[in-house]
Amino acid sequence: MTSVASGVARKKKVTPSAILIKLSMVLIIGVAVYWLGLNLTNDPRQFAQVTVNGLNNGLMYALIALGYTLVYGIIQLINFAHGDLFMLGAVFSFAVLTEFLGAVGPSATNYALLLLVLLLTMLFGAVVNVTIERLAYRRLRNAPALAPLITAVGMSFVLQWIGLKWIGSNPVNVNTVLPSTSFEIAGVVIAFKTVIIFGVTIPLLVFLAFIVNKTRRGRAMRATAQDKDASRLMGINVNQTISFTFAIAGAAAGAAGIMWAQTTGTVAYNLGFQLGLIAFTSAVLGGVGNLYGAVLGGIIIGLIQSYNDGLAIGPGQRWSQTMVFTILILLMVYRPGGLLGETAQEKV
Amino acid sequence: MTNTAPAHTAASSNRKWAIGFTTVVAFFFLLNKFVLPEASGQVQKFFNAWFSLTSMAEIMIWILMALGLNIIVGYAGLLDLGYVAFWALGGYVAGWLMSPFLSSFQINFFGNARAGLEQGIHFHVFLVLILGGVFTAIWGIIIGGPTLRLKSDYLALVTLGFGEIIPQFMLNGADIGGLNVTNGSQGIGGLDDVNLFGYVIGTFALPEKFLMVSLMAGAMIFFSIRLRDGRLGRAWLAIREDELAASMMGVPLWRTKFYSYAIGAVGGGIGGVGFAILVGGVYADRFNFVISIIILAMVVLGGMGNVWGVVVGATVLAWINSIGLIQVGELVNNSFGTDINFPSYQFLLFGLLLVLMMLFRREGFIPEARIRMVMNEEKTEDLDKVSDETKIASN
Repeated sequence: MTSVASGVARKKKVTPSAILIKLSMVLIIGVAVYWLGLNLTNDPRQFAQVTVNGLNNGLMYALIALGYTLVYGIIQLINFAHGDLFMLGAVFSFAVLTEFLGAVGPSATNYALLLLVLLLTMLFGAVVNVTIERLAYRRLRNAPALAPLITAVGMSFVLQWIGLKWIGSNPVNVNTVLPSTSFEIAGVVIAFKTVIIFGVTIPLLVFLAFIVNKTRRGRAMRATAQDKDASRLMGINVNQTISFTFAIAGAAAGAAGIMWAQTTGTVAYNLGFQLGLIAFTSAVLGGVGNLYGAVLGGIIIGLIQSYNDGLAIGPGQRWSQTMVFTILILLMVYRPGGLLGETAQEKV
Repeated sequence: MTNTAPAHTAASSNRKWAIGFTTVVAFFFLLNKFVLPEASGQVQKFFNAWFSLTSMAEIMIWILMALGLNIIVGYAGLLDLGYVAFWALGGYVAGWLMSPFLSSFQINFFGNARAGLEQGIHFHVFLVLILGGVFTAIWGIIIGGPTLRLKSDYLALVTLGFGEIIPQFMLNGADIGGLNVTNGSQGIGGLDDVNLFGYVIGTFALPEKFLMVSLMAGAMIFFSIRLRDGRLGRAWLAIREDELAASMMGVPLWRTKFYSYAIGAVGGGIGGVGFAILVGGVYADRFNFVISIIILAMVVLGGMGNVWGVVVGATVLAWINSIGLIQVGELVNNSFGTDINFPSYQFLLFGLLLVLMMLFRREGFIPEARIRMVMNEEKTEDLDKVSDETKIASN
């Protein structure tokens, strides 16, 4: 039973290595703060601009991270296929909205179609995710931990292959429905797309939080996450609850997929791998299993990535991926439980 | 005692496998060295299409890699999804220490620099192999140190990140603060020819190169078996099977896992050096996530923990990956008049392979007796197995 890793803090002896770790952590945070401060004083307008871009991406990361965190919370599985589900969502929305319905350019009917396809994509994501759970993960629920993980990696490959066959190996340009206009607030250019992202993702996040926190189903989910046996004794249908969790996670990934396709204007079959990793880092940063943590983590990673890519004094875009993974590795060293989570140390 | 009997059969079956391995290696070496140059064009064409020596040599590297990962995944039961990083690191050690690339130095330590290209570092190949192993072991320690204390899921994740960072660093490494560390996407070419006690293996001496990497793979097989049967190996297997029970029996958990990660990394490093020597250079764009997954699939297919199973798994998958898909595809397309692009099914093949193996044959095709028991054992502490089992059975 690994879930007994409790929050009860034991008195620890202060060892030299612990002091070293603390010191290095302070040093790293100090350097980061200095870097941001330097850029802020250097060019405040650009800093604000980059912040807006970061929030824009961060909200999409949050939507994907939510799926990871929900699934991890309930069956302690890192669902490696989740990023590729997001990719399939993006590809599906492209195929339906742009290719099949031919909705290109802003107009009232196209906005209505966008909303319709948003719902369809969410449904699509939910169905695919539930199917994967039903076919593969459920059978492995009592297998050694290695088995479901390897299965998830395999599933990720299968989904990537579907994407590859669907749109080919080159990135595809999407003619978006959203207008490419923008407006300025105090010299900061805000694209209309950013407003749409805020307008879609924030209500979605609130809605998901509502489902998990306030509804009967959500309560069943939280109970199942805590103790499957006890919830079964209380009359909760555990299998159904887990399926429901996968459905919600898939729907969030689908929504993130269509938003990505519409705002960035490109889809590619290998999108899911990269975005999935970023999103998982977000989930871990916030504290995996914690809903608000995923949102917070997504926004922070979005900001950090944007600062890294966009600020004048900084490593630049080619180190973007490295930056994200360095954060992940540093987190494992300093705070494996994430910002809002409890420590994940395994006590056998 | 009764346990001597199974040990006997294991030893004799090991011997059989070893003889088989040696025979296959000797066959391909002699064939390509002496027979094929004299043979008719038809025969040459057949062997070059289905068993080209380049691919055979690469298969040996894959075996080396798979056995290294087997120490981590198969013996100790830790999931590493970024093994390609060790391959890359080992390769770059060879690139740095055996080529004219680091031209601000001029060191020659029993090396075999080409005439006119004496700048750079030229070490003897044995020294490079050792240093490659040490270098990757250090990286294994850096990565494994903090993460091995956490739940094993986190190790998978951190290694995945590591497997992404290292190749990206190599790609971007042409300008690190003004220093050219890795030569970016061009990679480091023109490695020195290997000089073994006066016998120089030229750049195009494929049969000799094949023999060299086969010897390396053979050594790895030997060490894998010896390690598994030793004190450390038995501790790994104990941890894999039941951490709690192992720690109660006095196995230091963290240290044992740590050794497995570091030693597994050495395998990757040495394989990386071997591959760099084989292709005569090291190129950053070869190292990607797919490689990590293919190596994992090799370990899973053959049977986690079983050395000969992994060797067979690596051989089959590496062959399919390099020749099989293309050749079988051509054969099918020609004989049935279809036009199917077989190599494009690579992702599906490896993905489905992993999923189906985990669902239906978790222990692999040539399983170790112990892992078969472990992988099919249900967790006893969970009550839900009863209801789940009945539900799955009724479906």
